[in-house]
Amino acid sequence: MSDRIAQARRLLLEPAGLDLHHLQQAMEHLTAGDVELADLYLQLGRLESWVLDDGIVKEGNFSLELGAGLRAIHGEKTGFAYTEVLTPENLLEAADSARAIVRAGQSGRLAVSPTQAPPDLYPVFDPIDSLPDDDKIALLQRLDQVARQADPSVRQVTVSLVAAHDTVLILDEAGRLSADLRPLVRCSVQVIAERNGRREQGSAGGGTRGSLRYFLEEGRAEAYAREAVRQALVNLDAVETPAGAMTVILGPGWPGVLLHEAVGHGLEGDFNRKGLSNYAGRIGEQVASPLCTVVDHGALPDRRGSLTVDDEGTPTGETVLIENGILRGYMQDRHNARLMGVRPTGNGRRESYAHLPMPRMTNTYLRPGDHHPEEIIATVKRGLHAVNFAGGQVDITSGKFVFSLSEAYLIENGRITAPVKGATLIGNGPDVMTRVSMVGHDLALDPGIGTCGKEGQSVPVGVGQPTLKVDEITVGGTAL
Amino acid sequence: MNLSVEQLEEKVADLLAEARKLGASAAEAAVSTNAGLSLTVRLGDVETIEHTRDQGLGVTVWFGQRKGSASTTDLGPDALRETVARACTIARHAAEDPCTGLADPERLATDRATLDLDLHHPWPLSPEEAADLARRCEAAALDFDPRITNSEGATLTTGEGSFVYGNSLGFMGGYPTTRHSLSCIVMAKDGDSAQRDWWYDSRRAPEELADPEAIGRTAGERAIARLGARKIATCEAPVLFRADVATGLARALIGALRGHAQYRQASFLLDSLGEQVFPDWVRIHEDPLLPRGLASAPFDNEGVATRAQDFIHQGQVARYVLDSYSARKLGLQSTGNAGGARNLAVESSGQSFDALLQRMDRGLVVTELMGQGVNPVTGDYSRGAAGFWIENGAIAHPVEEITIAGNLREMYRQLLAVGNDDQIPGSLRTGSWLIERMTIAGH
Repeated sequence: MSDRIAQARRLLLEPAGLDLHHLQQAMEHLTAGDVELADLYLQLGRLESWVLDDGIVKEGNFSLELGAGLRAIHGEKTGFAYTEVLTPENLLEAADSARAIVRAGQSGRLAVSPTQAPPDLYPVFDPIDSLPDDDKIALLQRLDQVARQADPSVRQVTVSLVAAHDTVLILDEAGRLSADLRPLVRCSVQVIAERNGRREQGSAGGGTRGSLRYFLEEGRAEAYAREAVRQALVNLDAVETPAGAMTVILGPGWPGVLLHEAVGHGLEGDFNRKGLSNYAGRIGEQVASPLCTVVDHGALPDRRGSLTVDDEGTPTGETVLIENGILRGYMQDRHNARLMGVRPTGNGRRESYAHLPMPRMTNTYLRPGDHHPEEIIATVKRGLHAVNFAGGQVDITSGKFVFSLSEAYLIENGRITAPVKGATLIGNGPDVMTRVSMVGHDLALDPGIGTCGKEGQSVPVGVGQPTLKVDEITVGGTAL
Repeated sequence: MNLSVEQLEEKVADLLAEARKLGASAAEAAVSTNAGLSLTVRLGDVETIEHTRDQGLGVTVWFGQRKGSASTTDLGPDALRETVARACTIARHAAEDPCTGLADPERLATDRATLDLDLHHPWPLSPEEAADLARRCEAAALDFDPRITNSEGATLTTGEGSFVYGNSLGFMGGYPTTRHSLSCIVMAKDGDSAQRDWWYDSRRAPEELADPEAIGRTAGERAIARLGARKIATCEAPVLFRADVATGLARALIGALRGHAQYRQASFLLDSLGEQVFPDWVRIHEDPLLPRGLASAPFDNEGVATRAQDFIHQGQVARYVLDSYSARKLGLQSTGNAGGARNLAVESSGQSFDALLQRMDRGLVVTELMGQGVNPVTGDYSRGAAGFWIENGAIAHPVEEITIAGNLREMYRQLLAVGNDDQIPGSLRTGSWLIERMTIAGH
């Protein structure tokens, strides 16, 4: 039996006085009748956060989340119930509620067997204990100091440090048992700077699936503090953004939010099965410039969006979504894969036991091309260099997406000039992807800060891309 | 089974006792439980049935002026003890903060801890009955027009819960609530144009919920109206925010007036008490004691008595939105807004939506906003938008893939009218907002 399963049993089942035969009984109940797919998802979530604000560590919070979600599926129908009280009786009751969606029938005997465990992508320990509390406090104070010393215009500094650990144990209708232990840490710094009566903010941060010590290594956390100050200072000098259509150069790394919105969501299996996405039924068609190859990869070591197995127990891996501009495939969970007659891709994710799984992205990025970033910028007569984003949103039916820029510059005659403030980009996914005319060799993934929302469920994700040139996109600003 | 208010009170009392045992000088705790049903019908068939059952507990402890908090969904005795112990550990590591602490005792809502605001109207609905309502709703949307070709379904959600808050000053209050919602999302298609839109209603009492057919028809009508949307040229023009998106402009105001944003100097309305930020006819207020209100509560998240009060009076900032902590930071008194403003309302200047179109004559009606482009520190506003282009006071054509930009301070100053079309679902009541001028980016 794999180590992860043994640990998950120890953390999840033992304290509740449960063992595998209770899960087996619940699954037999859940699948009594016309059930095609079913799963039982047990989760223990622990999270600790600290906040420094206004010069002092004034807040800390610890939260504990424990529960089991049970799901039964027949055709397109799903029954779902969950409980936060882990007793054998409650599991059976939830199983009865969930399977009420299908015709009742005889229950069969189920043999529970652990699945072949994929290799570890990240450590399994609980990162809350990866640094003594005193050291966490000292780190927050140090970052406050670094930010305040970086420039006299810094007025406010807020630093947060979050460590979380999720233990999940998943049993499916065939008796396959899998488990994952998922550490996640995040550090962020936000500053407000003021000069000549003008105030602006800047923020930076990062994270990984690993230890809080990650932030102490290579001066990472201190670099976040300096970066937040740098951004605030840039914004203090920012001028109004010109409004209208223009060429936009997107920087490497976090601007990969572009792909997440313009391409990613539209390629999630559920939207395509239901014919709601503007990419539905277009496999094999040219949907982007031939320079674009976009993949989703859930098995990158230590990445925020990575999972050894997804929330349905499917091992993650690399899924090619677009290859040289041709649409190759969708991201799938078990339910949509079954209905579409394809294999699950390890993209079945859920926020918690209290939410239903659906196809979600993991780490989504565009593969590098062969241009030097400076060479790309030099080709632009008048345009925008978009370096950092506050976030994005997409309407998967119309394909319209937006990004809100937090750092951007004008490009005039091939040179980067003044910073601009409050710019928004808006476009249509397939249109914009077709207008990608140059791709840099500088692929970078984001620093570990992404959270994606879909139908009210949040999950950690990664994005990435090299420098990209988009020939025309509408830029929202105040200057005509 | 949901725990009763009395059972929750016992949990809160246990938590406060445990905190005292561990040496805390003060403590507060809140416990809630909720059970419900959420059912989705798509293209006439039941797609999902979710039986929801949530519980949670949060505790905050103080050791002198040091504070720590913890929460759990596991209400068993062991988890309860661990949760309080964790909060205590955190408090011992937190810094001394002269402003932290429980609410001032004289502001607690001691005399109305159990005030009945008529928030509890259970709906004993079977999955079959829920499916029937959702089916009727979706069918009305699909039947609205042959160009409604697809659906994300109609969802009926009903929930019943209880909540108790108590603190070591002896305050203990709680009450049961219910909430019932019905929503529908459909897709319209005509040639190359595919559009999606939705509508919903949400109420405390089932008999107040809008007819399923009315919700469905509105969803269908909204999706159809967007077909054939196109970009417009970059320009400056008046912008009318339809009531259901104008809510965001009122929320941004509350965000800027929050004590937390004020003392951190993170507000575009910094030090604005008494300042004229809107034209003098504008009044924005809250009504926390509204019977059956979605955001109604007799006391705030710290047990402080809530009250009807103005935030904007005659266009001026009448008060900030304060909890005890931010009030102390600013040398003011709590306004009973721990947890935010409740049942916020923007008073109308009296015109109908059509009258506002006439007044605008030529400009943009915004019916959808996208993206995060609101800077709370500077008020810079730049968001993706969709809606309708207006010529001669009437809709010329739907619009999409544009952005609107301005600054919230300017936009508030340039508010020309608030419509009387304020019958929108949700806890925030406002009509449509007509803003004199914004920059629109298109082709």
